[in-house]
Amino acid sequence: MVIEQISVFVENKQGALSEILAILAEGQVDLRAISIADTSDFGILRMIVPDSNNALALFKAKGVTASKTEVTGCKLPDEPGALYRVLKTLCDAGISVEYIYAFITRRDEDAYVIVRVEDNAKAQDVLRAAGHVIIGPEDVKSL
Amino acid sequence: MWQHDIETMPRERIRALQEERFLKTWNHIWDHAPAQRGILRGAGIERGDVTTLADISKLPFTDKKAFTDNYPFGLFAVPKEEIVRLHGTSGTTGKPAMGAYTAGDMAVWKDLIARVCAAAGVTKSDLAQVSFGYGLFTGGFGLHQGLEHMGVCVLPMSSGQTEKQLMMMRDMGATVLISTPSYALYLSEAVREHGIKDRLKLRVGLFGGEGHTPEMAAQIEENLGITATSNYGLCELTGPGVSGDCLIREGMHIAEDHFYAEVIDPDTGAALPEGEMGELVVTPLSREALPLIRYRTKDITRLTYEPCPCGRTHARMAPTLGRSDDMLIIRGVNVFPSQIESVLIRQEHIGPHYLLVVRREGVMDTLEVQVELIDGSVLESYSMLERIRNDIQSKIKDILGLTVKVSLVAPQTIERFMGKARRVKDER
Repeated sequence: MVIEQISVFVENKQGALSEILAILAEGQVDLRAISIADTSDFGILRMIVPDSNNALALFKAKGVTASKTEVTGCKLPDEPGALYRVLKTLCDAGISVEYIYAFITRRDEDAYVIVRVEDNAKAQDVLRAAGHVIIGPEDVKSL
Repeated sequence: MWQHDIETMPRERIRALQEERFLKTWNHIWDHAPAQRGILRGAGIERGDVTTLADISKLPFTDKKAFTDNYPFGLFAVPKEEIVRLHGTSGTTGKPAMGAYTAGDMAVWKDLIARVCAAAGVTKSDLAQVSFGYGLFTGGFGLHQGLEHMGVCVLPMSSGQTEKQLMMMRDMGATVLISTPSYALYLSEAVREHGIKDRLKLRVGLFGGEGHTPEMAAQIEENLGITATSNYGLCELTGPGVSGDCLIREGMHIAEDHFYAEVIDPDTGAALPEGEMGELVVTPLSREALPLIRYRTKDITRLTYEPCPCGRTHARMAPTLGRSDDMLIIRGVNVFPSQIESVLIRQEHIGPHYLLVVRREGVMDTLEVQVELIDGSVLESYSMLERIRNDIQSKIKDILGLTVKVSLVAPQTIERFMGKARRVKDER
């Protein structure tokens, strides 16, 4: 069970990020999770949206360099140490994490994170075995 | 071949014809071009100093400055009423250099163009879309007239209005595309984006007005499914038709019956032997309105007089590496944009358009190469983006020995050109 993530290339210049966000605003796209990391010259904006195909089409239509990848979503209790336990589980299994970021939304007493690993299936098996809850596209829509 | 007997003339006969025409041009200048006579006298030359073609090496060069100093009509060698056409250079650095043509010049020019077109495989049954700008620029009208002279159907699109260009290309069934290589690249990308390559009948392109790398030509060929050929000319020397590719494409044949070509060391002015890279210097041999002596083209090339498998005996010039005007000197290293282009155009994940920005930071010159990142699949990790940057940087370093800054920018942010491309921004 994987979640689709959209990655967008953002130039490091004034207004570049807002142009990208304007495309999402015009397309009435709701953001579930968002992360941006930058070097001195450019950044990559990553996001989770309810309908990734639609968002990707909006970007392509505007000539924005974007792509879609599969990532693992994990539900965890909103309490100190919860994220540590997720990462420890992966680390103990020898799975390296490229990056993680959190959902903007939370529900009840739970928080949600995105974990980017090389092999989603393997990571999810390990996480489930340790009692963690993996979320899917349906969860993203309802969050 | 358009003029078989001339184009396959034995070399010694070419030389004899050049000598005869050169001496005629020499006398024409002394009789009818007072400003040029003044330039020669200023260099201590008299009419009697030249009796053979070999004496040309004693003569001073003519350069663009002569056009500026004698703007607009000063260099011309006929009364104004004999002139039937004027063209001009783009004049990006001030007043254009004006070219003038008599009816006789126009007749020769048409044949020169027809030769280039025929050498590229164009025949009467072709339909040529001329996407050079029509105007002062010699490209549009020059190719137009020559093609019409051959009996080729001409579709005079001029440059710009890309959507309409594609519509006409498809609906009229154009088989030949005439444009600058940068505009051809732009059009070819539009063809690819629209997915209409299979509905086009294009089979050959004649590209000129600026130089281009073999890598860029290959990209255009792939996008359009054509054979790309190059041709060369300068407004000061008539315009296109000075030289052009045959289908062997190992150098552009110079119309030596109308142009005497030399290659010189641009720094010392010394003539260089066959095969050595240097600045092309051309003496037109049959011009009525605008005869010139040893015009410095600023284009860097080399010549070969080896027989060509196509049967033509006229000398060939290598594709120009770039104009000496375009050459950048960065931290003492000579850099031609074409050298960087050859790296970029083969690089995966980026688009073919680029901008070179030269700056001075303190006492150091820096060169930034901006390219568009077009492949989303590399966004997964920074290391992939870094790898692309480092890869470009190290390839450029291999060629130039110079470390440049490579910047990845968003698609469609680098300017596209309908005519000649301006890919360098010098902020020094």
